[in-house]
Amino acid sequence: MKEDQIKRRTLLRAAAVTALGSLVPGLSARRMPEAAPEDPTKVPGTPVGKVGTRSPFEQPQKKASDISARSPLQDFYGIITPSDLHFERSHNGVPRIDPNRYELLIHGMVERPMVFTLKDLKRFPALSRIAFIECSGNFRSGKTNMTPQEICGLTSQSEWTGVMLSTLFREVGVSPKATWFLAEGSDAAVMTRSIPVRKGWEDAMIAYAQNGEAIRPEQGYPARLFLPGWEGNTNVKWIRRIELSDQPFMTREETSKYTETIKGGKIRQFSFDMDARSIITYPSYPQTVEKGWIEIRGLAWSGRGKISKVEVSTDAGKHWQAATLQEPVLDKAHTAFRYGWHWNGDTTEIMSRAVDDTGYTQPTLKQLTNARGTDMGGYHLNPVTAWVIQRDGTVLFKPEKFR
Amino acid sequence: MRWNQVNYRRENISVWTCLLVMVISCNRSPERFGIGRPATQHEIDAVNISIAPDGKGLPPGTGHVAEGRALFIAKCAPCHGPTGTEVPQYRLVATPDDTTHTRAIGNYWPYATTLYDYIRRAMPFNAPGSLSNEEVYHLTAFLLYSNQLIDSNRVISARTLPGIVMPARKWYVNDDRRGGNEVR
Ligand code: HEC
Repeated sequence: MKEDQIKRRTLLRAAAVTALGSLVPGLSARRMPEAAPEDPTKVPGTPVGKVGTRSPFEQPQKKASDISARSPLQDFYGIITPSDLHFERSHNGVPRIDPNRYELLIHGMVERPMVFTLKDLKRFPALSRIAFIECSGNFRSGKTNMTPQEICGLTSQSEWTGVMLSTLFREVGVSPKATWFLAEGSDAAVMTRSIPVRKGWEDAMIAYAQNGEAIRPEQGYPARLFLPGWEGNTNVKWIRRIELSDQPFMTREETSKYTETIKGGKIRQFSFDMDARSIITYPSYPQTVEKGWIEIRGLAWSGRGKISKVEVSTDAGKHWQAATLQEPVLDKAHTAFRYGWHWNGDTTEIMSRAVDDTGYTQPTLKQLTNARGTDMGGYHLNPVTAWVIQRDGTVLFKPEKFR
Repeated sequence: MRWNQVNYRRENISVWTCLLVMVISCNRSPERFGIGRPATQHEIDAVNISIAPDGKGLPPGTGHVAEGRALFIAKCAPCHGPTGTEVPQYRLVATPDDTTHTRAIGNYWPYATTLYDYIRRAMPFNAPGSLSNEEVYHLTAFLLYSNQLIDSNRVISARTLPGIVMPARKWYVNDDRRGGNEVR
């Protein structure tokens, strides 16, 4: 009965799509049947369209709060984050910016203060780089039913294309006495961060493209600052102004926020580098597993260089084995890892830890509290994340108390 | 190799010319490209709203606590509460000796200039950039007073603001993490 109904509805829809599709181009591509035909070889398929679509059977989504939206790490098969699933964090919404009116001003301690239009920026030699951007406030804990997305979904990876900031620095003639620059966005928060000039000469980029197309509004359209390996907030989106100076400006985002309390009542400031981290994304909550062979999968990354090793433990941290790293293993980039494991069906804990090419090993939460004190702030927390595999095959996050 | 040796004299010049042409035409990277246009001082002044901790960038004007209080009630209290303490996640006021983990201006902010800069660029949240320079001075004065950082009769201006002592500043240290086999 039920099946019959579906079939009839599908047929009717198919007929309607065919009729409409030929009259209104583009319309048909957007209409997807909610159920697949029993035999797709017996019904004409959807005609070609102008913009591709995700299969209606795949519904990966960002998880949004009032101030941010997290990437569904558990749904990713590779190292590139689909642009529409890139995490989002803004301080007063996503501005709408007309690319024809966009301008970047560079002034302050320079020989020639200059204005660059978007067209200007695109005329300079371009460079592409695959690297992650991670918010430094990227650790949540507290309950067992949390997904990788909820624990640390404020990290994403794209291929960014743009002009190197060093090229623009030469164009304006940055004074050798300049030690900091202010990066300012044109959003309603007029976001500002002070950045050491050194980073500008090293590998900073003004990016206008993401994964082969214009940068998405949520990621800074039409242009953003991109600082490989540095905390997300410093990668100022919708950038409108760069001011060269010989001191940091001590903006609200580098004093009141994005600083962390450490031992002895101290407040640590200008913590730019994102330390190495990893997380197992399969198996993870709320997935379930069966006894037998399981390929443990996950992501590892470091803001200080390449991932040199990921180790996996399947016995609650007693023993560690090296996981296989999926090429390419890029500098300051999400790196996929896999580890084949035979699960005997007993309750156990699985976890991963990343090692980067500076020799840094991803710490446990306990090591972090030992180093920073129990009063440590919420930024730059990159602890080893454990999953409990229960006898019935359910997987739970293992939250640890630390405050 | 042999070919090169045999024809060395004759080819010498053209090989080098070729190489030179290749170097020049393949990946030329001049010191400057001549792209973009000079910015006028007027243009710079129109958007340059940054303020340094030494007070550089602060506009003329003065701020008074009483005027600031009235403005705060009218324009800020809806979100921050009438005294800036009522909304935990957007708390603005905490006395310097408050150690109950409440982070606010009085016990966490290292520079008073930041307050002027931030209010002017980002507040009120629903109408950013709508305050006059004078209003920002009044609000800055009121919030410094509420956090017990100044007396009620202290006048805030470009001259006095950078000199306000912020007790939390002594706790600030630069990032000491540096990679390698250690946890900091
Ligand atoms: C519509 C609600 C709203 C109004 C009205 C408002 N604010 Fe805010 N305020 C916020 C929010 C939200 C934040 C946090 C913004 C963020 O984190 O990006 C904030 C943050 C602040 C901060 C920084 C707090 C910190 O510890 O970092 C200050 C200072 C501030 N507001 C002052 C003011 C003043 C002064 C006014 C009145 C002119 C005002 N606000 C009006 C919502 C509001």
